[in-house]
Amino acid sequence: MEINLTLNGKKIKAQIRPDELLLDFVRSQGCRSVKRGCETANCGLCTVWLDEKPVLSCSTLAARADGRTVTTLEGVAAEAEAFGAYLAEEGAEQCGFCSPGLIMNVLAMERELSDPSEEEIKEYLAGNLCRCTGYMGQLRAIRNYLNRKGGETDGENR
Amino acid sequence: MFTAREYVKVGSLEEAWELNQKRTNVIAGGMLWLKMGNGQKGTVIDLSGLGLDQIQETEEEFSVGCMCTLRQLELDPGLERAFGGIFRESLRHIVGVQFRNCATAGGSVYGRYGFSDVLTCLLALDTWVELYKGGRIPLEEFAKMPYTRDVLVRIIIRKDGRRAAYGSQRNTKTDFPLIACAVSRKGDSWQISVGARPKKAERICLDGAGKTAAELAKEAAGRFAYGSNMRGSAEYRAHLAEVYIRRLAEKLEKEA
Amino acid sequence: MERTAKIVGSPVMKKDAMALVTGKPVYTDDIAPGDCLVVKVLRSPHAHALVEEIRTEGAKKVPGIVTVLTWKDVPGKRFTMAGQSYPEPSPYDRLILDRRVRFVGDAVAIVAGETEAAVDRALRLIKVSYQVLEPVLDFRTAKDNPILVHPEEDWKSLCPVGADNKRNLCASGCEKDGDVEAVLKTCDYVVERTYHTKANQQAMMETFRAFTTLDPYGRLVVTASTQVPFHVRRIIAHALDIPKAKVRVIKPRIGGGFGAKQTVVAEVYPAIVTWLTGRPAKIVYSRYESQIASSPRHEMEVKVRLGADKDGMIRAIDLYTLSNTGAYGEHGPTTVGLSGHKSIPLYGNAEAFRFTYDVVYTNRMSAGAYRGYGATQGLFAVESAVNELADMLHMDPVKLREKNMVREGNVMPAYYGEVANSCALDRCMAKAKEMFGWDEKFPAKDMGNGKVRGVGVAMSMQGSAIAGLDVGSATLKLNDDGFYSLLIGAADMGTGCDTTLAQVAADCLCCDLDNIVVHGVDTDVSPYDSGSYASSTAYLTGGAVVKTCDSMIAKIMEKGAEYLNSSADEVEFDGKRVYRLDGSGEISLRDIGNRAMCSNGYALEVTESNTSPSSPPPFMVGMAEVEVDMETGAVELLDYAAVVDCGTPLNPNLTRIQTEGGLAQGIGMALYEDITYSPKGQLYENSLMQYKIPSRQDVCPIRVEFESSYEKTGPFGAKSIGEVVINTPSPAIASAVAHAAGVYIRELPITAEKVYRGMNGKG
Repeated sequence: MEINLTLNGKKIKAQIRPDELLLDFVRSQGCRSVKRGCETANCGLCTVWLDEKPVLSCSTLAARADGRTVTTLEGVAAEAEAFGAYLAEEGAEQCGFCSPGLIMNVLAMERELSDPSEEEIKEYLAGNLCRCTGYMGQLRAIRNYLNRKGGETDGENR
Repeated sequence: MFTAREYVKVGSLEEAWELNQKRTNVIAGGMLWLKMGNGQKGTVIDLSGLGLDQIQETEEEFSVGCMCTLRQLELDPGLERAFGGIFRESLRHIVGVQFRNCATAGGSVYGRYGFSDVLTCLLALDTWVELYKGGRIPLEEFAKMPYTRDVLVRIIIRKDGRRAAYGSQRNTKTDFPLIACAVSRKGDSWQISVGARPKKAERICLDGAGKTAAELAKEAAGRFAYGSNMRGSAEYRAHLAEVYIRRLAEKLEKEA
Repeated sequence: MERTAKIVGSPVMKKDAMALVTGKPVYTDDIAPGDCLVVKVLRSPHAHALVEEIRTEGAKKVPGIVTVLTWKDVPGKRFTMAGQSYPEPSPYDRLILDRRVRFVGDAVAIVAGETEAAVDRALRLIKVSYQVLEPVLDFRTAKDNPILVHPEEDWKSLCPVGADNKRNLCASGCEKDGDVEAVLKTCDYVVERTYHTKANQQAMMETFRAFTTLDPYGRLVVTASTQVPFHVRRIIAHALDIPKAKVRVIKPRIGGGFGAKQTVVAEVYPAIVTWLTGRPAKIVYSRYESQIASSPRHEMEVKVRLGADKDGMIRAIDLYTLSNTGAYGEHGPTTVGLSGHKSIPLYGNAEAFRFTYDVVYTNRMSAGAYRGYGATQGLFAVESAVNELADMLHMDPVKLREKNMVREGNVMPAYYGEVANSCALDRCMAKAKEMFGWDEKFPAKDMGNGKVRGVGVAMSMQGSAIAGLDVGSATLKLNDDGFYSLLIGAADMGTGCDTTLAQVAADCLCCDLDNIVVHGVDTDVSPYDSGSYASSTAYLTGGAVVKTCDSMIAKIMEKGAEYLNSSADEVEFDGKRVYRLDGSGEISLRDIGNRAMCSNGYALEVTESNTSPSSPPPFMVGMAEVEVDMETGAVELLDYAAVVDCGTPLNPNLTRIQTEGGLAQGIGMALYEDITYSPKGQLYENSLMQYKIPSRQDVCPIRVEFESSYEKTGPFGAKSIGEVVINTPSPAIASAVAHAAGVYIRELPITAEKVYRGMNGKG
């Protein structure tokens, strides 16, 4: 079947199988940042935005994206790099395999929550599993990134 | 993941209903549970073009379209105001924000899953479902019905002045519940639903007049049947049900 | 040239960090050719069976199917998938496909086809008739059970590890010092307890995967997510029964390993497909396969007898470990050793010890290497027993440890008689106590709301590489403009060794980090390295880098001297130039690099290897605070403080993340990650939906500090960090729960129900 969608700002037309998952579709379109970590919607590695909302592309049919907007890490490269640099400064990317999904959700959180508390951050990102870091370094990076707003980074959290 | 031969975004409920009469066809909600099956499907029926993704509030009730996501329920200020935050409390533990942006209210209720926080929560309230052919029926009745080929269109939650509270225990914060309890109260009329026993949630009604929270909890917990699975034993679940019902009842008594 | 730590010890960013955080296609599946055949494995539904008949005609007829392989199509020489140095201590007990299947999930057939849909269809069309056999499922009954997991005559053990396939024994042995029974008899107190740990999954986010191609020379090129590229080369050659010269292994970026990828779990399947068909082939394990047919931690039951006098001096330690290697023996004979070698030596004053062990075959998933590698299991037992001893003596477990712990300069009889030359365990304890507020919190506090808080402590040690065995190597090349290429055979699996080893090189060569480019592993190019396991890379390959740099400096001075018309002993090198000591001339490194590209018969290229007669242990202390709901038994972890002695932290950021990450995995093991089976031997925790690794809401604040000793034999004083960090949570949390609720949980994980049952006498 044919779908029309906006993928990372570009209007595209594509032929898909009716049972094709959005995850496999965006990877086939060259968005290799999107990863699969499980088959049970638990890990968050496959997070993309569907109409600006973070969703699990492993559980969404590509057909559902018809007429809608899909954004992967490739589509928010500048922001990904900006936040990614904070992760990297903590060494908190480690193996990096969960980073794209995490970053997509952090950027979504930034749009949705204003000045989130630590508990709110943890709850918003609970669906992004990571096995390397123990999450502490990610949290430091997120706080530093969110605190950068207004021009200056809060040195306390560094 | 299942396979499918066709995908149809329907233009009307009638079209959805007709397509759904074929056993191999399936209505896809958020697809989170559906995709874990390996079966072969004919047509995947998509209701997302019917405007059923809204929560509407009137003087008497909330009407939740079947394609509303769990995240919408969790964040809806009207539901929050009316029912003391039990939607947020029952939903926030479910995997993660992305998951709840996918999972639909209709899918969760239609599935009547044993682990369902959504069903447990809704059963404690005056909740109805609207079926395309079957019309409005109480959720409690729907929950006990066999699976049919009707289309679940909306979930109706009546504002009957109940106060409600929700509690669950999980082995990890975002795991399925080991026990899920919802308690609501209107005067001396108490409604108690317990899910993840591990069977699907059921509801009982109790007259709480003259009873302490502990007495109420003991009586309520004793009226459910419990089973064992990898997350916990029947005996432990029975104990937890009593503890959580009591705590929730105490909370509601304090609020009153 | 003076060697000072400038870049070593600073928190520099990993060289590949920005590529990873911007989602560049750098992992195995991202770079696989588009025309790879999809390879999948048909798996046994039975725990123990013989394949009587297997019919593949239907499957082969599916359009797009290229090959279907069964036991009849694979070489008949047994091998091991354990990524260990040859001759491997792990027995040769595997075939790529065997007639006898030994666990639910064991490989029965391999299917390769053009599309995933075709392969899935073909898998359903293979008809297998099994002769179902009774399995050995309980590891406590496996030894000398009449049912044999490996009755075959061609089973082979290459090393004297006490293995006997006719007794279901993968290994067995006994080590001792002094007369443990005699000392125990004279002890005022003897604690005797049994502890049980499960076959936890590493659950790295990137599952097992590899793709294979044939190169223009007809050689098999294996690109794999592996920690052990050189071992993969040998194992693939053994499995396919082809010369090692025919195999090349490349390691791209890896999405985590934690030991899982020290076993060649998936590589043989695409390898045999490519070798037989000539077509590129790829396998990507599902999470389900990664959970049910992989290489998890060895389940162990450890019986501890601890003897002490009334003042709390530990006088004797007796350990019996029963380890479950499952259907195959990968890492069975070696992991068990660490359960004693990395636990008993923590107690420096014991007069006698004995360590006995059996490693048994069962019809469960085969075990493998998981961070901690047996030490984790042994330390849960020994540290828990020490905590129980302290409680029995009404003594603060910190004070008990202060009396007994190994200190710098002590000989460790249970650690091959090695001397603890670098040991800041005492300082770790002092620091942990202070940052945690131990004295204020011990042992417990009733919060007055039905909840009680309790605290617990544990110590840990590990090794740094396998003494007298592991080899780390580095190659350096000086290029034009004076930049260096550093080639290593150690596998960066996200840990950052490509960066930390470059930090070591930069300080040795007195240059900027950017002046060193690092090449990851390619067995055709990289110098030999045993691989990234046994906490070896920083210490051993780091040491190789130091040696290589020294040799490179000598070469640069030699060449520089030649260009300055003097001899090497008349010049010095400062990282940027070679200059005459008398001040009469100099030549820049840049000029040497450029000039050496013409009219030069002296290669500015060096390879050095490193091995170590000892394996200096890193040490650490962990402290946990929990809050127990006394009505439900629910345990909430409130605080975890850890202080680590890993020698010099080469990169404080990366050592910190290693520590935090290891602790979180340890917390998962302690509280959440269970392994249970159906009566027929099917694993229930077969997904991340059922196997609950901690989310960020499940780990409490983890606070980490370092108290560094200086290890003279390590690069810039470094020891290892990767594994020691996973060991303390289980015993520390178990003891915290005991102090809060009065219940000792001796079988992991510590679930609310177990605590509830314990509190209510329902054991």
